[in-house]
Amino acid sequence: MSDFLIENIWLVIALPALGAVFLHFFGRRIGEPFAGWIASAMIGSSFVIGLIAAVPFFRGEAHPETVYLFDWIPALGARAELLWDPLSALMVLVVSGVGTLIHIYSVGYMHGDERFGRFFTYLNLFATSMLTLVLANNFAVLFLGWELVGLCSYLLISFWFTRPSAAAAGKKAFIVNRIGDFGFMIALMLVFTTFGTLSYSQVLENPGELLGAGTATAIGLLFLVGAAGKSAQIPLYVWLPDAMEGPTPVSALIHAATMVTAGVYVVARTSPIYALSDTASVAVATIGALTALLAATIAVAQRDIKRVLAYSTISQLGYMFIGVGSAAYVAGVFHLMTHAFFKALLFLGAGSVIHAMADEQNMNKMGGLFGKMKITGWTMGIATLAIAGIPPLAGFWSKDEILGTAFEKGGFYYVLWAIGLITAMITAFYMSRMFILTFLGKPRWDDGVHPHESPFTMTVPLMVLAALTVVGGLVNTPFRLGLEHFLEPAFEGVELAHAPEGALLWILAGVSVLAGVIGILMAAALYLGPEERREGLLARIRRPWFAMENAYWVDQMYGRMIVLPGKKLSNWAAFSFDNRLVDGIANGLGVLVQRVSTALRPLQTGLVRNYALVLAAGAVGLVVWFLSSGGL
Amino acid sequence: MTVTVDWYLILAAVLFVIGAAGLLIRRNAIIMFMSIELMLNAVNLTFVSVGRELQNLAGQFAVFFVLVVAAAEVVIGLAIIVSIFRARATASVDELSEMKG
Repeated sequence: MSDFLIENIWLVIALPALGAVFLHFFGRRIGEPFAGWIASAMIGSSFVIGLIAAVPFFRGEAHPETVYLFDWIPALGARAELLWDPLSALMVLVVSGVGTLIHIYSVGYMHGDERFGRFFTYLNLFATSMLTLVLANNFAVLFLGWELVGLCSYLLISFWFTRPSAAAAGKKAFIVNRIGDFGFMIALMLVFTTFGTLSYSQVLENPGELLGAGTATAIGLLFLVGAAGKSAQIPLYVWLPDAMEGPTPVSALIHAATMVTAGVYVVARTSPIYALSDTASVAVATIGALTALLAATIAVAQRDIKRVLAYSTISQLGYMFIGVGSAAYVAGVFHLMTHAFFKALLFLGAGSVIHAMADEQNMNKMGGLFGKMKITGWTMGIATLAIAGIPPLAGFWSKDEILGTAFEKGGFYYVLWAIGLITAMITAFYMSRMFILTFLGKPRWDDGVHPHESPFTMTVPLMVLAALTVVGGLVNTPFRLGLEHFLEPAFEGVELAHAPEGALLWILAGVSVLAGVIGILMAAALYLGPEERREGLLARIRRPWFAMENAYWVDQMYGRMIVLPGKKLSNWAAFSFDNRLVDGIANGLGVLVQRVSTALRPLQTGLVRNYALVLAAGAVGLVVWFLSSGGL
Repeated sequence: MTVTVDWYLILAAVLFVIGAAGLLIRRNAIIMFMSIELMLNAVNLTFVSVGRELQNLAGQFAVFFVLVVAAAEVVIGLAIIVSIFRARATASVDELSEMKG
């Protein structure tokens, strides 16, 4: 059974693709809710196939398999070839598993939307693209998936395109991603010129043979540019907060759980190249640490519940980058997995809240929802504790493994560890703040809002994700490194960094739990305590708070420094260069011909005698010339 | 006094100049046509006389071609002139200057 499915692993990609094509043509006619159920069934089948095909890996007895489909671009060594190894298996399970839950949730969430069928077309198309990305055995196929997920992201962010802000956010996400893709493409070209092929099997087998340290660094840094675009890291993170304009399930699936982790996946996948270049690895970890801290501080002061989660996602992606940048690839991928669970849960919970509050996203107008929405409240509470790093929930294990590894590496990584620890505290603070503002305290609802628990299509995925959030971290604990053992075949030949052992492990874990608890207590003291205390503190730190609330005006700065000059340049190119110079040359030629012919027109008198005279004069002239030049 | 080939060539030159002068001076389309025929025949005369002088039949062949082309030209040209005359009641080429620039 497993063998058959491994040989035909393309089914995992083909089923959602079939769903997308089918719903594209018939989605509107089928309508609510069956279009949604068809899409869910397709991605659900992908999950089941992936699960069965991964059985040999769970037993720990199988080797990575490549599945050859057909020659795609032979000149580039680009064969349509899929790789079934533990890493891609894990990614397939996360993508299709979380994807299935979010598809089901969307059936409830998108209830009543005019373009219900089209939404599921896009969701299935996204699943196809993301599964292509993670299953590729070839950088060209990877790039195909990479671009397709970008397209789906664009389509889904601007799903409600009649809202100008949604249309703008879609464009922004697409353009910022293009900047990252630029680096990614150059990296691919470098890979091709160095290795003469784009196939993983040849490139990643033993890259040290053909790859010098300089080229490895260049390729690593260029992949980092691409990864920073897709995974929303400094300096290309600005698109992700705006991407919250899309429907909330999209935020959960694409902009939290799966697509944005593609950058982390690429770094983990190309680990043999990063292993050759310390510079590139340190750059990845540093970018990750800075992003984690920056985004966390911004999240502290946001009012919009989805924006808090968006900045939180950026921050958590930063942790994953610290992990893969510290050569702790397993820890990075582990955090990718646990984050997919709890962040999808948080977003779906937020969607449930927004749904209940009649599309209100401002947390200042929520509060006291716990009594009204028991399931959403409980599940989001679990997710909040998980992201705050409270054991034994999923976030604790993965975050601690990353921080522990950074500490163990020492040197410059101490700094990254410290940043990670501070970020962990801030994370606990802002997540608790979000939870308290939303669910606890007195209701601050607008008039006419009657919160209610969401339908079962929405609450069931919440409960499943909550269960995964509780137990998901146990797959890789210091007591039993299950995930590491599982992923080992994928990182063969790459030296993996590990968290320390013994007493140090316990001390580090204690410190980070302490940081989390402090963060939670601070939030509780501020937001559950008397209002005067909060007002007093906020008044004292008004300026930094204002800066954080406005995300340090990075958007405005980019607007001033990059977008505005770009607009000026295109204005000049369109209205000065093209209109005046290019059009001027074309029009000038026309005017010149017209002038000359006007001048020559009187020659055509229309009198036959004149023509005959000129003819005769010409003949005489010719004769004279012949005679004077010495006869014929 | 023998009549040499020079006499024929001089006659042809005289006929050609008369034709050319007629073409340039007269306005009546039919007269101009006749002038052209005169010029063509002057050329024919040179062809046959030089052909005979050089004992070469090519001169006479050329004349046949000229005659055929001239006949065709006359047919078409006269047809045009007749239809213009019908439309305008004039055959003066000075009045036919619509094509001027």
